[in-house]
Amino acid sequence: MKVKKDKAGVAITVFAYIFISIFALACLIPFVLMVSASFSDENLITSKGFSILPRGFTLASYGLLFRSAKQLLGSYAVTIIMTVCGTFIGLFLVSMTGYALQRKDFPLRNAISFFIYFTTLFSAGLAPTYLWFTKYLGLKNSYFAVFLPLLMSPWLIILMKNFVKSVPYEITESGKIDGAGDFRIFVSLILPMLTPALATVGLFLALGYWNEWYNSMLYLPNVDYKPLQYYLYKIVNEAAALKNSLAGANVSVGSLPTQTLKMATAVLATGPIIFLYPFVQKYFISGITVGSVKG
Amino acid sequence: MAKSSAIKKTGRAAVFWKRLKESKILILMCLPAILYFTIFCYIPMPGAYIAFTNFNYKAGIFGSKFVGFDNFKFLFNSGKIWMLTRNTVLYNLAFIVLGNALQIFIAILLNEVKSKYFKKISQSIMFLPYFISAVIVGLLAFNILNYDFGFLNSIIKAFGGDPVKVYSMPKAWPFIIVLVNLWQSTGYGSVVYFAAICGIDTSMVEAAMIDGANSFQKLKYIILPSLKPTAVILFLFAIGGIMKGNFGLFYNLVGPSNSALFPYTDIIETFVYRTLMNQFNFSNSAAVGLYQSVFGFAIVMLANYLVKKIDSDYALF
Repeated sequence: MKVKKDKAGVAITVFAYIFISIFALACLIPFVLMVSASFSDENLITSKGFSILPRGFTLASYGLLFRSAKQLLGSYAVTIIMTVCGTFIGLFLVSMTGYALQRKDFPLRNAISFFIYFTTLFSAGLAPTYLWFTKYLGLKNSYFAVFLPLLMSPWLIILMKNFVKSVPYEITESGKIDGAGDFRIFVSLILPMLTPALATVGLFLALGYWNEWYNSMLYLPNVDYKPLQYYLYKIVNEAAALKNSLAGANVSVGSLPTQTLKMATAVLATGPIIFLYPFVQKYFISGITVGSVKG
Repeated sequence: MAKSSAIKKTGRAAVFWKRLKESKILILMCLPAILYFTIFCYIPMPGAYIAFTNFNYKAGIFGSKFVGFDNFKFLFNSGKIWMLTRNTVLYNLAFIVLGNALQIFIAILLNEVKSKYFKKISQSIMFLPYFISAVIVGLLAFNILNYDFGFLNSIIKAFGGDPVKVYSMPKAWPFIIVLVNLWQSTGYGSVVYFAAICGIDTSMVEAAMIDGANSFQKLKYIILPSLKPTAVILFLFAIGGIMKGNFGLFYNLVGPSNSALFPYTDIIETFVYRTLMNQFNFSNSAAVGLYQSVFGFAIVMLANYLVKKIDSDYALF
């Protein structure tokens, strides 16, 4: 049944529309500034400042980027390969671990869960980890130094465990009765039922890889093709990096449209992951709710 | 008597071994994760020993000269650790308190919005900041705040004011950093509270409305109380992480070398990073890192103890 709204209720609703509109706008404007600057004329940006609409619409920055695309395309390739491989391998490992640790008849499940969880409570710290990676594992300037640390996390395993909890144990039992082994049960009976979980965890993994710049900054000082976000970091923070990135483009360094070029690179570095989002939004929201409280 | 209990015990052990053998495959399925965390998390732990040495890269971890607590003494006496702890904890407190308040506020307002279309689009937009890397966050902030052509200054100039040099105003930064953090995390965080509101039994709300409750009473007596358990748990978990800072946010907003801002913007993570990567001082970096781990561990244990007291279902262990 419908209940008629009182005056306060109407006021609250109106306020809700206004406040949320303003907040959403505040979330959006920085992106609009970035995109519009990437289509702007460099001279107008430096003299008049950033604006909501492009100043003197031009595709010059994108043109310049594509003419000297080698660096950018190399970074794209590195990031895409890492994101795709990392997401699939990570998903397999995380869901396999999550399933095993959620099995009621597995006597070691609490011990192993704690072994994994403890790493979030206490960590070696940056300096010992850095030493271990560079001096002892020899991972300096190896893409594995960036690829491996993002493959699994205790948090994703716990999230997966929470999802697996909702799959009835009877399914595992029915598989056992039919004589299937544990791995077989996991692959053919459980995995197909975990689609929402795989979408959610997969999105988190993909986000992690796509947005990775920190480990790249630590471990990849001298690779030819830096992962995309670290490449962007270099361009944004070091004038020399911007010049080097356009080495093949045949432009005089003095006339580089520095600001708009940075923005165009940033747009290209952000675009793909944002386009991915609408397709997984439904799963993503359910995932946050499942994983949030016991995270 | 004693004999029969001994038999029971060996019996139980036998059952355990039998079950362990039966779960061979499950153990194998966990093996990649066990190896993974051993290699990347556990093995580096003894390396924290370098916090007690005068570390020499060539001599290695256990070949370096042992100096006891000298590194810690230096860091405590210079006031560094106190400043870093203060900044880290205060920033986190601001993030937790203001963040949760804003998230609850937005969730309540979203619940009042009736148009599905509006709800979906506004939620998607509020999510946008969560999807970008810290590098882009720093860049977007720079677009707005920089002196020469930032958006803020072009607005100020349009109204005839004098442009401001935000990047040399240390005292402005706590506000900026908190604002950017709210900007990035509110859409994401409000989903949890929104889900909790959606879980409220609608018949309860309707009954209250029929009994003559107005909208504010509905808010005060039904919605807010029903969010309390979620809020308390999230709050306590967040407190457990109060010694851990968001390196990417601070590093990209402030920049690696704008040291005029550091007294207000330096957190443990950024100091540990600079000490290691810019000064190559492994010992001091490890000392601050170890201090953070040990202190943080104690706080998590305390937070978990409190969660257990409130609702043992939610305790971590």
